[in-house]
Amino acid sequence: MIEAVRSAMDVSMERDGDVVVFGEDVGYFGGVFRATQGLQQKYGTHRCFDAPISESGIVGAAIGMAAYGLKPCIEVQFADYVYPAFDQIVSEAARIRYRSNGQFTAPIVIRMPSGGGIFGGQTHSQSPEALFTHVSGLKVVIPSNPYDAKGLLISSIEDPDPVIFFEPKRLYNGPFDGHHDRPITPWSKHELGDVPEGHFTVPLGKAVVRREGSALTVLAYGTMVYVAQAAAEDTGIDAEVIDLRSLVPLDLETITTSVKKTGRCIIVHEATLTSGFGAELAALVQEQCFYHLEAPIARVTGWDTPYPHAQEWDYFPGPARVGQAMIEALEEQP
Amino acid sequence: MTDKSANADLPDGNQYPPLKFHVPEPAVRPGGQPDFSNVPIPKAGSVRRPEVDERAETLRDLAFSIIRVLNRSGEAVGPWAGTLTDEELLEGLKDMMTLRAFDARMQMAQRQGKTSFYMQHMGEEAASCAFRKALLPGDMNFPTYRQAGLLIAGGYPMVDMMNQIYSNEADPLKGRQMPIMYSARDHGFFSISGNLGTQFVQSVGWAMASAIKGDDKIAAGWIGDGSTAESDFHAALVFASTYRAPVILNIVNNQWAISTFQGIARGGAGTFAARGLGFGIPALRVDGNDYLAVHAVAKWAAERARRNLGPTLIEYVTYRVGAHSTSDDPSAYRPKTESEAWPLGDPVIRLKNHLIARGVWSEERHKQSEAEVLDAVISAQKQAEKHGTLHSGGKPSARDMFEGVYAEMPPHLRRQRQKAGI
Repeated sequence: MIEAVRSAMDVSMERDGDVVVFGEDVGYFGGVFRATQGLQQKYGTHRCFDAPISESGIVGAAIGMAAYGLKPCIEVQFADYVYPAFDQIVSEAARIRYRSNGQFTAPIVIRMPSGGGIFGGQTHSQSPEALFTHVSGLKVVIPSNPYDAKGLLISSIEDPDPVIFFEPKRLYNGPFDGHHDRPITPWSKHELGDVPEGHFTVPLGKAVVRREGSALTVLAYGTMVYVAQAAAEDTGIDAEVIDLRSLVPLDLETITTSVKKTGRCIIVHEATLTSGFGAELAALVQEQCFYHLEAPIARVTGWDTPYPHAQEWDYFPGPARVGQAMIEALEEQP
Repeated sequence: MTDKSANADLPDGNQYPPLKFHVPEPAVRPGGQPDFSNVPIPKAGSVRRPEVDERAETLRDLAFSIIRVLNRSGEAVGPWAGTLTDEELLEGLKDMMTLRAFDARMQMAQRQGKTSFYMQHMGEEAASCAFRKALLPGDMNFPTYRQAGLLIAGGYPMVDMMNQIYSNEADPLKGRQMPIMYSARDHGFFSISGNLGTQFVQSVGWAMASAIKGDDKIAAGWIGDGSTAESDFHAALVFASTYRAPVILNIVNNQWAISTFQGIARGGAGTFAARGLGFGIPALRVDGNDYLAVHAVAKWAAERARRNLGPTLIEYVTYRVGAHSTSDDPSAYRPKTESEAWPLGDPVIRLKNHLIARGVWSEERHKQSEAEVLDAVISAQKQAEKHGTLHSGGKPSARDMFEGVYAEMPPHLRRQRQKAGI
């Protein structure tokens, strides 16, 4: 997935001279996850460069660049470190188009490695997407595989609005279904690891059904897509797994079509439960599919605690917990 | 309480007195006699004018002095004099008078309920009006809410400013923004945000972009004394310094951040300008009430930026004569007569006296000009009020509320607009 992310930036920089890439360790070194490797050598220091350790500075400068007419695709090293830039993202990037009546816009992409499952502890594991889905003016995107990562990132860079682009770092080198005791398979053995060389896009605001099923619907994104698929296989339950891909804008139609068909809905995310994006999904499904629901909507998420270190697999919503929720959802009788 | 210094031989070994918490206080509070005698004001013309390529280290003295051109007799003296013609100075005087008349009318309009809010510039007119004249078309300002002089001096129509203040049907921002949060891209005036300090680092990014593209445009960031305490101030200085961005970083030190005196933000630093030195950014302090000095310093900084010599930090030493906003009463925290004691005087009167001393202006012409300026402002106001005020007349449509959040309205907003029935 790293190569796909890098390729998306490469393709975009090649096609559009206004695309610039910067962040901490992003330039010469090519990023701590190697996502920008080779870009500085290829495009020069004025297109890809290292930034001071200042998240609000990185985002604030990018907003100024966008006001000039550039299209910055910037990196915050870990989503856990985005908070110093929160003011610039929420008060500025998200609102500039609205408050200036379109005189100024902020077509920026903020890439952030996110998510847990890597013994990252409290500040290398967070999934803060709900903090951004709550902000009008932002788009929020989370790919789950290399093909989508490239297509969605190119779409995000070309999008005229600010996009928060979460990259589940657990998926950088291969899919992960939560079975941490099993050997890891690389993306080369996965069909979605096959990424076309040149330019292509995956549209924002379009979900995709990863596994068709009739028993219940699972709404997931990022790493949880694989966890949900594994839970379906482990339990033998014919679950329909939807990969949302973008949270704002949200593909409500794909969601409601599925839930109206299955009558049951489980929402799975790594982020903490209370006021997480799952709450919004549950409310929408309840509003749109109330008369089709045969069981309460269930949420399987991280616990309402900071992300712990030693208790990684007790915290991470793995296939066992998701599978249990599936079984319980099917036991419910209307 | 024990005096620990007397207990140096006790087993705990601490020979120092108990720690004391320090909170800076202004010299005078309401009821007191205003006194600025401890504010050193150098003589006009006494501060040197270095070459624009001089390095920050050797410019140290300029961060601790005050560049001034106009002396007590209204003469322009010293090495910073002579950047403006008589015609330009007369235009500058008119700009400042217009801003002052505009402020007075809008202040009154707020009291009359025609708008919810206003913030005036009284005493600070020179900083934004003179600075604007040092820029070229295409340069971009990232102002705070107290630089409307950039618009007035840049020829932006007063009617459009008032339409914005009234949130009426002709409001260029469709009623979405609080009064005075203007945005005027074509006039080099970036959209104002209510969040302090954010635009300072954005101005650096804009300047970086200009350099990345090999352009010839420069940016100017603006911030008040109080907001220099925001973290974006520091981010701006780091980025400006690191990338040698073609930006002028302006600090308007008007002594007050609402009720908080400047010492709370400045701390132990001798001056705000001195903060630039630690970042290797040439830093100058200028008499913010001296139109000629402001212009000369701005021109110097603009030339540095245009010649790719990097950023400049400027501290404008001035005084916020008016209340912080229409929601503020300064008599609760500072002496009522403090502004009269301010040693740098009034920017309008000082420029007027200079022009009279030069023989190109007179008290009579000034009075006449005051009347003309007021007429122009009132005529603009009448024109604006035809489009409505906050609570009467034409309004932006409720549909506009849903537009412009994104380039294209996403489905969830369309649903909400339908639900709102508009």
